[in-house]
Amino acid sequence: MSPWARPPAAGQIARGRADYFNTKGGALSFQSLILDLQRFWADQGCVILQPYDIEVGAGTFHPATALHALGPEPWRAAYVQPSRRPADGRYGENPNRVQQHYQLQVILKPAPADGQDLYLASLAAIGIDARLHDIRFVEDDWESPTLGAWGLGWEVWLDGMEVSQFTYFQQVGGIECDPVSTELTYGLERLAMYVQGVESMFDLDYNGASGPARVTYGQVFKRAEREFSAYNFELADTARLVVHFADAETECRALVDRGLALPAYDQCLKASHLFNLLDARGAISVTERTAYILRVRALANACCAAWLAGPSSVE
Amino acid sequence: MSELLLELLSEEIPARMQSRAIEGLTGLLHDKLVAAQIPAESIRGYVTPRRLTVVAEGIPATQPDRTEERRGPRVGAPQSAIDGFLRSAGLAAATECESRDTERGEFYFAVVKRPGRPAREVLPELILGAIAELPWPKSMRYPASDLRWVRPLTSVLCLFDGEVLPLPLRRVPVGRTTRGHRFLAPGEICVTSAADYVERLREAHVVLDRDCRIEAIRQGLEEAIAAEGLSLKPDAALLDEVAGLVEFPVVLAGAIDADFMTLPPEVLTTAMRAHQKYFSCLGRDGTPAPRFLFVANNLASDGGKTIIAGNERVLKARLADARFFWAQDRRVPLETRVEALKDRMFHAKLGSVYDKTERIKALAYDLAQMLRQQIPEFTRRAAYLAKADLSTAMVGEFPELQGIMGRYYALHDGEDNSVANAIADHYRPLGPSDACPSAPVSIAVALADKIDSLVGFFAVGEKPSGSRDPFALRRAALGVIRLILENGLRLQLRNVFRQAASNFDPARYGLSDPSEELLAFLADRFKVHLREQGVRHDLIAAAFAQVGKVEDDLVRLWARVAALQRFLSWDDGANLLIAYRRASNIVAIEERKDGRAYDGPVNRALFRLSEEKMLNNRLEELSHLPQTTFWEREEFERVMTALASLRHPVDAFFDKVTVNTDEPKLRENRLRLLSGIRKTMNQVADFSQIEG
Repeated sequence: MSPWARPPAAGQIARGRADYFNTKGGALSFQSLILDLQRFWADQGCVILQPYDIEVGAGTFHPATALHALGPEPWRAAYVQPSRRPADGRYGENPNRVQQHYQLQVILKPAPADGQDLYLASLAAIGIDARLHDIRFVEDDWESPTLGAWGLGWEVWLDGMEVSQFTYFQQVGGIECDPVSTELTYGLERLAMYVQGVESMFDLDYNGASGPARVTYGQVFKRAEREFSAYNFELADTARLVVHFADAETECRALVDRGLALPAYDQCLKASHLFNLLDARGAISVTERTAYILRVRALANACCAAWLAGPSSVE
Repeated sequence: MSELLLELLSEEIPARMQSRAIEGLTGLLHDKLVAAQIPAESIRGYVTPRRLTVVAEGIPATQPDRTEERRGPRVGAPQSAIDGFLRSAGLAAATECESRDTERGEFYFAVVKRPGRPAREVLPELILGAIAELPWPKSMRYPASDLRWVRPLTSVLCLFDGEVLPLPLRRVPVGRTTRGHRFLAPGEICVTSAADYVERLREAHVVLDRDCRIEAIRQGLEEAIAAEGLSLKPDAALLDEVAGLVEFPVVLAGAIDADFMTLPPEVLTTAMRAHQKYFSCLGRDGTPAPRFLFVANNLASDGGKTIIAGNERVLKARLADARFFWAQDRRVPLETRVEALKDRMFHAKLGSVYDKTERIKALAYDLAQMLRQQIPEFTRRAAYLAKADLSTAMVGEFPELQGIMGRYYALHDGEDNSVANAIADHYRPLGPSDACPSAPVSIAVALADKIDSLVGFFAVGEKPSGSRDPFALRRAALGVIRLILENGLRLQLRNVFRQAASNFDPARYGLSDPSEELLAFLADRFKVHLREQGVRHDLIAAAFAQVGKVEDDLVRLWARVAALQRFLSWDDGANLLIAYRRASNIVAIEERKDGRAYDGPVNRALFRLSEEKMLNNRLEELSHLPQTTFWEREEFERVMTALASLRHPVDAFFDKVTVNTDEPKLRENRLRLLSGIRKTMNQVADFSQIEG
């Protein structure tokens, strides 16, 4: 029976502690890395979701994490999410910085007692043998002011490089998480650069093919980096963005009033991204910035409350 | 006598919290054992990134017995009252009570012997209490337990004399097992005693003792550099931090690409230290060597090759960033970056960093003139550029390089050396052990920056209180004090503060002048500073109290304290102090008795004895000395010597002259003479404050 056919059992962990020493050889392509991680987490009872179809700054904003972290129902999910950070764009000219990168996000609710072991086993699944490396859990507490969320945890260092975030969610949308979840975020480009030993993100082997079939990360994304950087920094119409922000805010409030948590949350995400664009354009002063953050947080809090007030999330 | 072993195994504890956590836990357990009357003969704590361990030895097996005595109702009281008392005392019949006569009649007494409980029974609750009370700077909830902890608890090992003590911790397992190093010995370990525990962990690649880890790292670092004929840039704080990140330290060395060695040394060190926690190496000539050392937490099967290669790659990426910033930042002159400071908030009520720059520029220029600098324009220029590097990419990435980068960029732009150095120096001194700027331009800008902050924050009510000092104003005040004292600057701070306050445009800031309050604050910091230098607090009080208003010339104040200190080290000085006290005591007593003061002029015609005359002559000779020689010419030493010469006439006076005679006129005149001693000496310092 292939692992894909095995029925996922939430909460049940098949793998033992020493499993993170069982690794395979050979550098993985970018897409194989994703596929292997997804397969690993599917084996741990995660539902494998697809990216959310609205621009977000981090995988945490996907409703599968932000909303599902609330409430008592057990929940395990994993998915890749493009993270849009308009201000980080460098027109495709910086080997480490881009306005959009990929995160692999895992949410485990309730937080399992062996979360760290599971994480290390996932690294083994992509060929990182803990016996050869120096893997550390270094204090890094996470906070999202726009999402009204915080948690304690670590950044994970692989031979001195930060490759993941490991967080125990304490609060989302201003609401206490009960039970507490574990959130894992892999920085996929960084991890792939390490595994493949390349110096520039754009040189990453994307598909593992050779000859004319070979595709690099740069081939797929460099043009997008150039064009979006120009849009984000030079061309985004700030006056219109301000109007869009207000529209999204109004729409969000109206939907919360009707008890429609998910459509309301979409509008909250749009408002959040519009704020990021305005910020990247340098259109917001320091004091305005705080005010915008508080406005987005108020929306997020309202959506989270509406989500909890509605019918059970997993029906 | 029994042994307690407690280990709390958890997921990784932040390095910065470890020391305080183990001190706290050990202290709580110690106090609770004492309170429960089962104190340990010795107690010791150990901390690693994953465990807090306490070993307590020599705990008594049981608590001592106690006898409790309770008075009951009167003998012959209603039966219901007697029954109630017997029930509450746990007795069956009144015959088990004693009846005793008291002043108020005969009463029942219940004498209940409470046998001490075995330590084994008392300990679980006591340990749980200590765990629950241990404070963390930040703590969290997690599903396995109701106990908030810094990170989830994995398991608890709790043995009392080799037997497991049960602790109810929900789903956190409690028993006699622990785990070794996460990668080198991940299996479960079964433990029978504290000695066994330490030994098993040693085998399982856990160096339990933090000091041993520090020592192992120190040794590893030294071996690594000795092999290559290099020396280490000493960094005790980093060593300490790194010891909190590993259970089994392995020192490894990596190479830095030669291309990067042209970066300023501070950039190299900071890029390595801040994010990566690497140690820097120096070559024989003291310049940075292209090597770095770091501490891994794993004894890798390939001897560390993969780990070193990985760390070298990470450092390369970091240094490539730094090199990019270094090139980028120098493309435009530092001067053009000042404008961008308008977007950088200094404080909501005190404007932008640009606003602060304008104020520092004005104040530094004023100071340069007060201090008679030859080219005050240099000072103005340095103040204008002082904060400009905050807008550079390098300082954006490495905030700890503020000032240092400004200096490099200013030199690149061809600014005067004194200007460039002042940009780097104006944040200093950063602490009591940091060197104080001594170049004139640096001094003026450093003072202006600190005084502007002090005046501004005091004016908007952001004063330090208790342990709260978010804007580091105590450090700023100490900086001002050291800059003034170490450079012997004659400044009237009251004027300087007023000048600084006038730079806050009233129409915009609407602040009141905080000068007097600030002066009092500075006086307090100065006292603390002097005490730390070992100056007696009573001498400080004596020198401070002399002047009606708070002294604002710190150099003069310090010179007076020093003169006073020397005066008292002389024989004549110390003796005169005794005479001074005797004189002022007599005057004070008589003044109180008579309800009047004896401070009027002395009448020479009433002198009967030559000792009176001699003392008066001496006092008259000295009378103008304090005002002119002391305060105007500041010849403190000379005045002190002259005052010391009072000793003999005063001693002779007390030997021969009776103050409290029957003749009121004589008595008053003699009291006035004594009062004159006090008056003369108090012009220099308040000698009544001096002890011993």
